[in-house]
Amino acid sequence: MSGLLFETGEWNFDTLKRTYDAIEEIAVGEMGLDPYPNQIELISSEQMLDAYSSIGMPVFYHHWSFGKRFARDEAMYRKGYSGLAYEIVINSNPCISYIMEENTMTMQALVMAHAAFGHNHFFKNNYLFKEQTDASGILDYLNFAKSYISHCEERHGVSAVERVLDAAHALMDQGVNRYGRRSRPSLHEEQARAEARQAHASDNYNDLWRTLPASAGKNGGKGGKPAETARGAPQLPEENLLYFLEKFSPRLRDWERELLRIVRNIAQYFFPQRQTKAMNEGCATYVHYKIMNRLFDLGKISEGSMLEFLTSHTSVVFQPDFDDQRYNGINPYALGFEMMCDIERIATQPTEEDRQYLPEIAGCGDALGALKNAWANYRDDSFIAQYLSPQLMRKMKLFKLDNLAAEQHYTVAAIHDERGYKSVRRALASQYDPSLRDPNIQVTSADLAGDRRLVLTHQMHNDVPLAEGDAKAVLGHIADLWGFDVELRGVGADSSERYSYEMALADQALVALK
Amino acid sequence: MGVNVIDRRLNPSGKSLPNRQRFIRLAKAAIKDAVVRSIRERALGDVKSGEVVNIPFKRIAEPRLHHASQGGDREHVLPGNKEFVKGDTLPKPKSGEGGGGSEGSPDGEGEDDFRFTISADEYLSVLFEELELPDLAKAKFKDVETLRYHRAGHSSSGSPANLNLERSLRKSLSRRICLKRPKREEMAALEAEIAELEAMPGRGEADESRLIELRASRDSMAAKMRRVAYIDPVDLRYNRFESTPQPTAQAVMFCLMDVSGSMTEDMKDLAKRFFLLLHLFLTRQYKHVDIVFIRHTSEAKEVDEETFFNSRETGGTVVSTALEEMRRVVEARYPVDEWNIYAAQASDGDNYSSDSGKCLQLLTEGVLPVCQYFAYIEVYDPRQAEIFLSSLNVSDLWKDYESVAGGRPNFAMKRVFNKGDVFPVFHQLFSKARAAA
Repeated sequence: MSGLLFETGEWNFDTLKRTYDAIEEIAVGEMGLDPYPNQIELISSEQMLDAYSSIGMPVFYHHWSFGKRFARDEAMYRKGYSGLAYEIVINSNPCISYIMEENTMTMQALVMAHAAFGHNHFFKNNYLFKEQTDASGILDYLNFAKSYISHCEERHGVSAVERVLDAAHALMDQGVNRYGRRSRPSLHEEQARAEARQAHASDNYNDLWRTLPASAGKNGGKGGKPAETARGAPQLPEENLLYFLEKFSPRLRDWERELLRIVRNIAQYFFPQRQTKAMNEGCATYVHYKIMNRLFDLGKISEGSMLEFLTSHTSVVFQPDFDDQRYNGINPYALGFEMMCDIERIATQPTEEDRQYLPEIAGCGDALGALKNAWANYRDDSFIAQYLSPQLMRKMKLFKLDNLAAEQHYTVAAIHDERGYKSVRRALASQYDPSLRDPNIQVTSADLAGDRRLVLTHQMHNDVPLAEGDAKAVLGHIADLWGFDVELRGVGADSSERYSYEMALADQALVALK
Repeated sequence: MGVNVIDRRLNPSGKSLPNRQRFIRLAKAAIKDAVVRSIRERALGDVKSGEVVNIPFKRIAEPRLHHASQGGDREHVLPGNKEFVKGDTLPKPKSGEGGGGSEGSPDGEGEDDFRFTISADEYLSVLFEELELPDLAKAKFKDVETLRYHRAGHSSSGSPANLNLERSLRKSLSRRICLKRPKREEMAALEAEIAELEAMPGRGEADESRLIELRASRDSMAAKMRRVAYIDPVDLRYNRFESTPQPTAQAVMFCLMDVSGSMTEDMKDLAKRFFLLLHLFLTRQYKHVDIVFIRHTSEAKEVDEETFFNSRETGGTVVSTALEEMRRVVEARYPVDEWNIYAAQASDGDNYSSDSGKCLQLLTEGVLPVCQYFAYIEVYDPRQAEIFLSSLNVSDLWKDYESVAGGRPNFAMKRVFNKGDVFPVFHQLFSKARAAA
């Protein structure tokens, strides 16, 4: 048997390349996947820990929260509570996959199939990624962000930068454009723009203005510009809080606005990944499963390594039941993988029920075509709403539990039966809907000409409140960025007010002192 | 098209270090608490390991706007239904159980303190952050490292003074042999033959052609000699020197201790802590730190660490013998212009009363002038603490020393009653405030 790509668990660069070529032949040649060019980088476990703390990106700016994450991950890893990921893949062009030197050759093959082809294809073809991320510019942009922020740290001090970044990080979830995207320059033009802004400011610097009396108050003299005159009136309501603060905050200085912009751009870059977790992992898992099986069928990997692969694959797609100690929500790998396999089954061997529920693809015969279409045009919630079949609901034994504030009991509202399919599917889809998962908070009033009081409105969904302690802390950050009173109102479906938090200037001073 | 596999393993790890430093700066207060606590509680030999730090979660929280875990109407889809049918009801857990209501913990989900480990280095740098050497002048003066050069093979470049002729010519010779450079003797023989032929009066046909042949070979030989130089830049070899930094900022630390019967184990333990701290402190400041242990009863002796801390002697107490011994060691081994000399003396305050004058004279004339710093700590048994806490109840030695303390910035004295006192006393002795005063 000389057809084997590798015989032992040991890997070297030769086997890596040979195996990659064999995988590529199947992925691109047979399955017709369309990935970015691949770049595979070998790293040690220590570097993997490093990569964790910077959200997996090869370059990232410095912030204490990453140090905190590193300290926690390292402690967990050293004590053996958690292993490290086998791989990290970056949505960039070329697509960079990190693989660890500790992996066996079988794992390297699995990881290459999973990341370099599965995730990679998804990144390149899914509409959200196409619309909202710029794969070829992201690394340049992160480089720019890193150098810009360290430049700011040199000029204005680490703690001044930290104060803005802390606040911006707190608003990261509210710093994205959920619905479509503004027409804006691609990421790699940002640097030129930032420099141009800076140059314009220094060109127009006139020492005479320094002699104007400084504004009163303890923030006086820092030179907050009257933003509204320069930038026109805001269009309210505005869902992107970071965008709003960047453009209209009366007290921020230019470099602080640029920091908000950087955090906002990065949040937007990661936003599609948050919306496609189950699909993305499902796609990658399905792809590696197909490729590894195909390699085995072709006699290119041994039975031993196939068993090793299956062990690790099954543990990845394991879904504990809700009453299991290990249950920790629905495993996106499990749900995604099951759904991909289910689509394949429906396309090739449909039942009568499938024809009724999914007439478009049932029996079409082209499983990969149907899958690629799904991967390209859906995100988690719409994907589940469209493709979760009754058969899969029965297999996973999904049921819907209602937890109504007015009742003393939980109620089983629907189970995996004829009457319940649609209800369960709709509820599961809405669990993945970003507009329901994250609180819907918008800027509704700012009164820039008057007392500059900022009002945020939380449009409550089913009266689910915010975590109060965190909300108040974030409100403190907003007040810090805004420089004036800030109010957060919770409004129910009947547009009556449910709660209201306020951060007045006096409180804000306390926050700033913290 | 081959894939691009890049080996990044050799890239430096620790990319996250600046993040860690920022984090540690933020958590400094908590780390300081932990460090101070650990000094009090740790076992003696364990001052060099890291320390686990608990930080109240609130101080390093990263708040986000997110939904609370309770409240409102919710739907959950769960896997693994076994027996439920539509309409079944399940009791809700009593409010307050189940963790993390918004009232229960203001931070949201009721997380514990954040725990992490700081390295020994970080531990020590926090420990010594506010401390400063009392007299850094000498150390500063010696801050410039001196380098010592030693031979380390040969190199193909260097300064002419380091040219190694033997090596260079050996290289040259092998190159000449290899490139078949004509030898000078061959050339001379050829020239001689040509001259001889030229000088010959009636040359025949054969001689004439021989002459042409010889001239041709002489020309090619000369051309080859020009092409292949006798000595070429590639032949040159230089003696190579490597430099190693010499630790010049060096310090010696004298530990003087009374080991007479009146010193109990507890008291020695206190003294040992003080010595340990001083040693750690000095190892951070100086590249090289020697320790000299001198114990004394009615006579003093330089001993090793083991004996110093563990063996017990009987006899009276004559403090001047220790000072005398210290002066002897300084003179014998530690020239003042090369060493920073520190001394710490621990005693229970007993001294033979007639020794007082000699002791003071030695201290002021023999010891203090050569010392960067002389610290005297008087240790007490914790059980005696109450009696001696009053500043009126002081020992004879304390009185004597107190009389010389004034106006000498490099002399300090403190009293230590229990483990918790050691660090504060140490801190006080070496604190910045003192240096500024």
